[in-house]
Order: sequence, then C-alpha cells, then structure tokens
Amino acid sequence: MNSTTSKPLSPVTKALRWFFVRSRGDSPFKTILIHATLIVASIIAVYPVLRVVTISLRPNDTLLTTSLRIIPENATLDNYKEVLFGAPEKNRKSDFFLWIWNSFSIVSVTSIISMILAAVSAYAFSRFKFPGRAVGLVFLLTTQMIPAGMLLLPLFIMLAQLQMINTALGLIIAYSVSTVPLTIWTLKGYYDTIPVDLEEAALIDGANRFTVFTRIILPLSTPALAIAFLFSFMGGWSEYLVARVVLQKNDIYTWPLGIFTYAQQFTVAWGQFSAASVLIAIPVMILFLYSSKWLISGLTLGSVKG
Amino acid sequence: MEDKSKLRRLLPYLYWIVGLLSGYFLLNALISPFAWGITLNLGIVLKRLGEIGGFLFAILTGLALVEIYFYQIFFRQPSNPRSRTTIRGLQYLLGGMTVLAILSFFEKTDLFRLGDNVMAGIVHLPLNAFGGVRSALTGIGLAKGAAGAVSGIVFTLVLVGIFYAVHKMSVPRVSKLGLPYLLILPAFVGVLFLIIYPFMFEIKLAFSNASLGTQATKNAEYGLIYGWQNLVTLFTGTVAKDAKFFDVFFRTVLWTVINVTFHVGGGMGLALLLHRPMKLQGFYRTLLVFPWAIPTTIAAMALRNEFDSRYGLFNILLTDLNSWLVSVSQGTVNVPLLGDAFNWLASNIGPVSWKQDPFWAFVSILISNIWLGIPFMSVIILGGLQSISQEYYEAAEIDGASKFQMFRNITLPLLRPVLTPAIILGVVWTFNKFDVIYLITQGGPQEKTDILVSSMYKAAFQFYRYGFTAMFALVIFVILLIFTLIYLRASGGLKSATE
Repeated sequence: MNSTTSKPLSPVTKALRWFFVRSRGDSPFKTILIHATLIVASIIAVYPVLRVVTISLRPNDTLLTTSLRIIPENATLDNYKEVLFGAPEKNRKSDFFLWIWNSFSIVSVTSIISMILAAVSAYAFSRFKFPGRAVGLVFLLTTQMIPAGMLLLPLFIMLAQLQMINTALGLIIAYSVSTVPLTIWTLKGYYDTIPVDLEEAALIDGANRFTVFTRIILPLSTPALAIAFLFSFMGGWSEYLVARVVLQKNDIYTWPLGIFTYAQQFTVAWGQFSAASVLIAIPVMILFLYSSKWLISGLTLGSVKG
Repeated sequence: MEDKSKLRRLLPYLYWIVGLLSGYFLLNALISPFAWGITLNLGIVLKRLGEIGGFLFAILTGLALVEIYFYQIFFRQPSNPRSRTTIRGLQYLLGGMTVLAILSFFEKTDLFRLGDNVMAGIVHLPLNAFGGVRSALTGIGLAKGAAGAVSGIVFTLVLVGIFYAVHKMSVPRVSKLGLPYLLILPAFVGVLFLIIYPFMFEIKLAFSNASLGTQATKNAEYGLIYGWQNLVTLFTGTVAKDAKFFDVFFRTVLWTVINVTFHVGGGMGLALLLHRPMKLQGFYRTLLVFPWAIPTTIAAMALRNEFDSRYGLFNILLTDLNSWLVSVSQGTVNVPLLGDAFNWLASNIGPVSWKQDPFWAFVSILISNIWLGIPFMSVIILGGLQSISQEYYEAAEIDGASKFQMFRNITLPLLRPVLTPAIILGVVWTFNKFDVIYLITQGGPQEKTDILVSSMYKAAFQFYRYGFTAMFALVIFVILLIFTLIYLRASGGLKSATE
C-alpha cells in the first residue's frame, strides 16, 4: 500500500496503530486485555477463599450480613479463640487439636505404608522383565476405574466383622492401599528416566541390588518420592466420605468430620467453621503452593515420557 | 580420645532429645492457661502411638515372614535328595497353613460359611492352634492383649526356627525371576486384601438380600434370585429413596460432560493466556491454583454457605444486580426498546433459591465443581504447552499461518499425549466424584442432584440396602469398564506405557 507510506500519519492514527497493531510481540491493547482477563480470573479464584477469612473475623452478632467487605467491621479473633481453646463461659470444650492429631496420625502412617509398598514394587516394574509384568501394570490401572465408593461397602462390612469400626486402625487399613496403584505408575515412570548404566556400573563393582536401590535409585528419585508422598498425604488429609463411614464417634473424628459438626449444629456456626477452616487450610495451602512446581512435574512424569 | 569421639557421636541425638523436651515444655507452658478447653492430651497421643506401633510391627513381621518363605523357594535349593523331601514337605506345610489361615480370615469376615464339619475343622486348624496358645497364656495369668502379642511372638519364633532349618539344609541358587516377584509381593498382598478381596465380597453381596434387617451379612440369604431381584429393583424401582436409575444416569452423564468440558475449556484458556512471556506471570499462576490448593472439604463446605438464599455471596451479588437493573429500567422507562429490555431483565434476573429449586441446586454443584477443577487442568495443559518446542511456531509463522491455524495444527496435536490421559482420568474421576455433591446439597432437594455414585452411597449408608448397593456398584463398574475399553480401543491401548 503505497498511499499510506506517501502520506504523513497524524499523531492520533500513529498512537492508535501503536496501541492496536502488533509490531513486535503483543500490542499494548492485547496485553491489557490479557491482564484484565487474568485479573478477573484470579479474583474469581481467590475471592471465595477470602470470604472464608472474612466470615471467620466477624464478631458473633454480625455473622449474618450481606456486606461484601473483605475485612469486616469490628473484626475480632474470638472465633479463633473458641475453636482452638474452647469457651469456658459457655462450658464448651474444643476438639480441634484432637481432630488434627487424629487426621495427622492416620494419614501419615497411611502415606508411609503406601510409599514403601509403591517405591519397592515400582522398582521391580521398571527394571525387570518377568512374566505377568504388563498384565500387572494394566491391572493396577484398572483398579483406578473402580469407584472409590464402590469398595466402601464391602470394606465397611469387613471392618465391622473385625470390630475395627471407630478405630484409627480401621481407617488406616481403608486408606492405605487406595493410592498404591497410581503411585506405582508415577514412580515407575520416574525410575524409567534414570539411566540403567548407573546401576550396572555399581553391580559390576560388586554392589548388590539392595545397595543399588537404597544408594542410587532412592536418592536419585527423591523428588518423585516427595511428590508421591505429598499426593497420598493430601488425598487422605481432606478425605471425608470414607472417614464418615468408618468413624462414627466424636473422639476419633478426623478434621473434615470435625468441622462438619459445626455445620450440622442447630444454628450453623459459620464463624467457628470458617476460623477452623482457615487454621487448617493455611498450612496446607502454603505447602501446596510452595511445592506446586514439583507437583506439576510429577503429574506429567508418566505421560510425557513417550 | 575414645570417650570424646563417642560423646561427639551421641551429641546430635542429645540435641534432639533436649530440643524435643524443651519444645514439649514450652508448648505445655503456652497451652496450660487454655488447657481446660482442649480435649487432646498426652494420654491420647501415647495411646494412638502405641496402637500404630503395634500395628506396624505386626504388618512388618507378617510381610517379613512371607518374604523369607518365598525367598527360600526362589533362591535356595536342597543340597541332597533327602533334605529335598524334608524342605519341600516343610514348605508345602507352611504354604498350606497360610492358605488355611487366609480361608479362615475369609470366613471370619463372612465371605463364606463352613458350618461345623470336618472341612471347617481343617480350615480352622491354624487359627485354633494360635487361639490355643493364647488361651493357655491367659490361663497362666497374662492379660488378653499381652497374651495375643506373646503368642504372636511364639509363632513367629517357631516359623523363624523352621526357616533356619530350611536354610541349613539348602544351598544358594541363582534365580532371575525371584527378585522382581519378591519386590512386588508386599504391594500385591496389600492389593489382594484391600481391593481384590472386597471386590469378590461385593460380587457375593450383590446376590444376597443383605440389609439392615438381616444385620448386614449375619442373617443374609444368598442366591441368583436375589441378584435378579436387585437388578430388577435397580432398573425399575428407586435407587435411593425417590430417584429412578435412568434419571440419575442421565444426570451423571450431564454432570460429567459439563464438568469436563468446562475444566478442559477453562484450563486451556487460562493455560494459553499464561503461556507467554509477561510480567506478573508467577503471581497469576499462584493465585489461579488457589481452588486446587484449598482442601476440597473446606472449599465445598464454604461454598455451601455461599449458596445460602439470603447471606450467601451468590444471592447478594444477584440481589445487587437486580436492584441495579431495576433502577436502570426505571431510568429508561421512556426509551422504546431499551426500556422494555431492561424491564424484562430486571424481572428475570434476581436472587435464586439454590437449595429448593432442583435446577439451581444442580447449577450450584456444577459451579462449585467447575471452580474446583479448572486449576488442575490448566496446570496440566500449561505443562504440556511448555514441552512444545518454539521452533514449530516459528516455522509456521514464516509460512504465513494464522494464529488459529497454529493452534489447530501444532498446539492441539502436540498436546495430545498430555491431554488424552488427562481427559480420560478427568471423566472417570468426575463420574465418581461426589464429595462436592454430598457436602453441598447432599443430593437434595428430593435427590434431584444425586449422581450414580452418591445414590449408591446413600443406598448403602442411609438406607442400609446392602445387597442392592453391591449390585448397583457392579453396574457402575461395568459402565466405567465399557467406557475404558472403548477408549483403549480408540487410542490403541496402553502398549507404549507398559513397554
């Protein structure tokens, strides 16, 4: 188009051009649009979470309000105090630490058991050829097709027959194997990326398989192990439905069952529910956001390999 | 010198002990003013630790014994014909005893009943022997729990003795297959007992009339006719209380399709926006994974509050929107077309009864689950995008391809290895995911927001229709299996992953 080059451009046209037409990289208009979209998306993602904090800070007499302020008027920490330490004046004790301890003890044992089982068998699947290997791997994946709720009934009856309902051990048993199949797949994918030469060199030097596994494979796969552990821990940490069935007594409740009791009371204790949620969610979210980079790499480990 | 180095070696442990003790006392001092209101105490903690410790010890001992047994089968061979008979005899005996013990475990958990006959006597032999030792120990004045532990230890020692004898009578042998089998054995045992066994149990239960009235399996009767009845009830009767199977099934399909579509679409959109060099990228990424980072239980319960008809966030926003529309429509009442339009909007957009209206209740759980699921997908897709080499795009740009063409012909095909498994797992997970539903609407109103799995959960644990639930579960499993098989056929199987 010669006409545009011959005529001198007016400053307004120039500015508009600079604003809308891409010269190198994105035009300012596009950049603004992208940032605006992302800001709106971020607000949608974060605002409901912030609301929980807001409600937890409200004083008891203004719990029910249609205000949308993030920091409420007369913000107070009373709800937190009551959740953590109970309310002597109302003769109400707090089970918060009990719930946390129940959850923590049950879930950490579960995760450790499933990690050990998975780490060892994933090594076999990754490094050896043996009859039944492919069948075993596909079988493990098939177990993931079984709805979690499906095995709950037989497991419940089984635990009832063994008189393990309302015990921590019952829930440990119910949780412990559920994450093993997927963990085996993740770890196998990671082990596959570790060169076999390392092990062969060590074996030639006279190391045995056990040494190879503990001194070479395990240290090299620490990131994958950490991810797998975190996954199985997080999975059990906020699990509600299985716990609901296995644990039916208040003193053995895990925290998801526990904070649900706030919602079940005659008048929903929004303030306390929110305060307890904030106290539980903050450490989990910090851990999660901190480790999210590893989590992402762990999720794509198995699939990107080929 | 000797003493000093010993001290130095012990020092870290000492630090740990001192640290833990001082931590404990500090915590105690901090908490003591509030100690009245806290129900957790040291006694509870120690009791739980003891429970778990005993449990872990028992499991580890059991696994170790099984491992030694198979180790000797794989890696030892008898040194001469005479020891051969003895060893094989011992091994068959132990194997047989184990099988009998497993059978009595099955019987104890009611997979089958043997009644009182010779068969039962034989099957009960190992456990009876164990019980005999235990009752003998209780007889000489031991507590019941301690007697159990001691008899466990006695049995373990006997087994170790047998293993030692076998070891003495045999010589090593090279086995290529032994090691992998020994390695997968523990996981295999776990999967066998906690996935395969419950599955078998479920099949059995599906052909029974077990319910609360029969005290679960205690007085239940089994037979093909019960299975048929359960199946007929499933397809023609009610699945939980009011709902019919096909209604729930179509709702489940709708639930899965809408959720996965929005997850993938929204995830893709966000991932494409984030996948470019720009300022604040890390900041946005952190904020956008918030719904994934917050524990689902908390998010679901918090959202349940937000769907409150008066004080929930959604209705507050809708009320504000409504009053704004009303004021605008009053202002534009004389403008011909616009006034009518705003009038219509003002009378149709407003607060919604999220809990009473089945349609809006379903919308509310969809909103919640979509909000919860998008970050996961966007993170996965972003990972996939980052693995695509920039060169493809540069080449396409030189050839004059448009942005859309690049997306269709480069991005999508190269995302497939990431996207396909993510979608498949997404479908299966969403199909089975009902914690959000259970926590937000509990399937209500009138079970109009239940999906298959949540109906099943209710049938089992609210209405105690055990036999029926088992059949229901099998049908759900078959549906998922068919879906998976179709997918596997379409995508050429899992060959690449298992090789």
